[in-house]
Amino acid sequence: MTSTDSKTTGAAAAAPILQIKDLNVTLRKEQELIPILHHVNLTVHAGEIVGLVGESGSGKSMTASAVTQLLPGGSKSLQGSINFCGEELTTKSEKEMAHYRGKEIAMIFQEPMTCLNPVFTVGQQLEDVICTHQHLQGGEAHARAIAMLENVHIKEPEKMLKAYPYELSGGMRQRAMIAIALSCSPKLLIADEPTTALDVTIQAQILGLVKEAADKAGAGVIFISHDLGVIAQVCDSIAVMYSGEIVEAGTAVEVLTTPRHPYTKALLAAIPGFTPKGAERLELCAIPGMVPDPREHMDGCRFAPRCSVCGENCTAKHPPLHVAGDGRSVCCWKEAEAGDTAITAS
Amino acid sequence: MTLPLLRLENVDKVFVKKTMMGKKSYIHAVRGITLDIQRGEALGIVGESGCGKSTLASLIIRLETLTRGKIILDGTDVTSLKEKDLRPLRRFVQIVFQDPYSSLSPRMTVEEILTEPLKIMTKLSKAEMHAKVTALLELVGMNASCLDRYPHEFSGGQRQRISIARALTTEPEILILDEPTSALDVSVQAQVLNLLNDLRQKLHLTYIFISHNLAVVKYISDRTAVMYAGQIVELGPSEKIMLEPLHPYTRELIAALPAVGKKLKPLTKAADMTENVAQERGCPYQNRCPLVDLRCKSERPPLAQFEPGHFLACWGVTKS
Ligand SMILES: Nc1ncnc2c1ncn2[C@@H]1O[C@H](COP(=O)(O)OP(=O)(O)OP(=O)(O)O)[C@@H](O)[C@H]1O
Ligand SMILES: Nc1ncnc2c1ncn2[C@@H]1O[C@H](COP(=O)(O)OP(=O)(O)OP(=O)(O)O)[C@@H](O)[C@H]1O
Ligand code: SF4
Ligand SMILES: [Mg+2]
Ligand SMILES: [Mg+2]
Repeated sequence: MTSTDSKTTGAAAAAPILQIKDLNVTLRKEQELIPILHHVNLTVHAGEIVGLVGESGSGKSMTASAVTQLLPGGSKSLQGSINFCGEELTTKSEKEMAHYRGKEIAMIFQEPMTCLNPVFTVGQQLEDVICTHQHLQGGEAHARAIAMLENVHIKEPEKMLKAYPYELSGGMRQRAMIAIALSCSPKLLIADEPTTALDVTIQAQILGLVKEAADKAGAGVIFISHDLGVIAQVCDSIAVMYSGEIVEAGTAVEVLTTPRHPYTKALLAAIPGFTPKGAERLELCAIPGMVPDPREHMDGCRFAPRCSVCGENCTAKHPPLHVAGDGRSVCCWKEAEAGDTAITAS
Repeated sequence: MTLPLLRLENVDKVFVKKTMMGKKSYIHAVRGITLDIQRGEALGIVGESGCGKSTLASLIIRLETLTRGKIILDGTDVTSLKEKDLRPLRRFVQIVFQDPYSSLSPRMTVEEILTEPLKIMTKLSKAEMHAKVTALLELVGMNASCLDRYPHEFSGGQRQRISIARALTTEPEILILDEPTSALDVSVQAQVLNLLNDLRQKLHLTYIFISHNLAVVKYISDRTAVMYAGQIVELGPSEKIMLEPLHPYTRELIAALPAVGKKLKPLTKAADMTENVAQERGCPYQNRCPLVDLRCKSERPPLAQFEPGHFLACWGVTKS
């Protein structure tokens, strides 16, 4: 664990690559206002992998879309600040944003075919990105493309360059997409459920590639998943999202070993793992119910209807955010009721 | 040992594909599978994408015809039954698929979805059917108010409950679950897995549970079969498979399982475009196997008993 610690402290000294502060996003559909994100704070340093975890509909992809300014169409309101390497992204025009996307901020997704064009070979697509963003030509671009594929541990890069996406297996396609995403040495990589559709063996390889992008190339990474088991393997720090809010955040080691929010605890208990030999088959701890619709207004904690330790305060008033000195933050009444050592922010 | 409820004998499936040049290519999706499933047992089948798990399921419910081999259901050979004689089998063996979004017809209400198999397979009156589907919905943890709603109005986990209820309408003995939770969030997956364990006890069902995640399979099944390239490479009590795996492929699967508190292994340069192509000669796993030897390249290892109840197809693993 020491390596993770020294890395986080080392990185913390430098200015972060991405700093999201008090971000609120509301979508307007027809006449209806849909509040999607509430008071989201997130910081990513160079070489750091930040896990964003939560169930379907908790707002993980929307947070990523806010960073790239690719929120779904229609009118929307966005409040708060998204600072990327000293630049405020919330006030950038679409044209200015296009300059960041794919170059300084790269994205990989669950379904590689959303990024790959089926009618061009991997080589054409990779070299095209390298030509436009890095202004390399012909032989140089080709050499760079080969190097990028070697980077993602493709054994026969020449063969891969000539292949069409449909000729590749799911895992190989995912690698091709990662090679394209990393080809412009992005400062920030957003990985939205990049392994959810894959077999465990291939998943392990892809996780390894993401880790290398952070360790070797020094990219900051936002890694999105609904599976804390996956997040646990690659992330330095973790933010747990629920219904548009970050309910707990901290270093990976702390959040995973001493989860404090009831939702984090429940997510951990839901992962099927090893039961010790001879032990009874344990009931998996399912979380009853589901994430509330963002349109649903709630006075209290948004997790209260599903929470096993929900008390009186919980349904009456939104819990305050508890920020401890070590960067751990928890948004839960139980924390507020018990804790007098921590600083309470609203 | 008592007569198995389901017996597969040397089951083979070869798909024939016409290539663009008019030539034929063959995919040997299932290869020489022999397996006994006892009444009340939950058998897990695990293996990576394309190893033939779903094909094996389609063969058992006879959505596909066998290329070779026999299927014996409760003592009766059903291998060559004609379509019209398959009705008892269809009633006896039901299947739940992975994708709760595409496996339920979007234009039918939940009540219509649930009564459809009853209309085909039974002679129940309308009132009887209504009572039955209401009870079924309750059994899977949903209430009768859902009956006149459409599938798109439900979440993934709820749709999977509806799929399970539909599979149970004909009171099957065997339920095949083909990746029933792979499309679901971990939290919802836990709900569905708990429901399945619950139903198995209440209804004394026999399960064939298919997944690519060993941890999930272990949670449901008593015995686990590990498939690679159409063959069973290891078969034994789920606990043994998880904690003391023998086959190098099973070990690879377990090493790759994500878990809290487990560190990622450093990457090796293993990937190439042919890594997963099974060999026609010798062991199907030889290209990826750390224990590969000359014999592995020339002779196919048979599935043989390694210790009581634990079977293995590998030349490299020997008793020490
Ligand atoms: N185009 C849209 N219009 C209106 N609401 C939307 C739109 N896209 C998403 N939402 C809503 O925003 C909320 C957050 O969605 P988001 O896609 O960020 O979830 P997520 O955490 O990424 O989930 P998943 O794991 O399913 O990808 C959800 O309640 C969703 O219904
Ligand atoms: N109808 C078909 N025609 C031709 N080939 C097929 C057909 N169905 C399956 N196959 C091939 O048979 C092999 C086994 O496929 P199968 O769907 O059984 O795998 P699986 O283990 O269920 O994989 P997954 O985990 O992806 O569902 C694959 O190579 C597949 O391409
Ligand atoms: S605030 Fe209350 S309801 Fe919300 S998570 Fe904490 S204990 Fe549960
Ligand atoms: Mg998403
Ligand atoms: Mg399948």
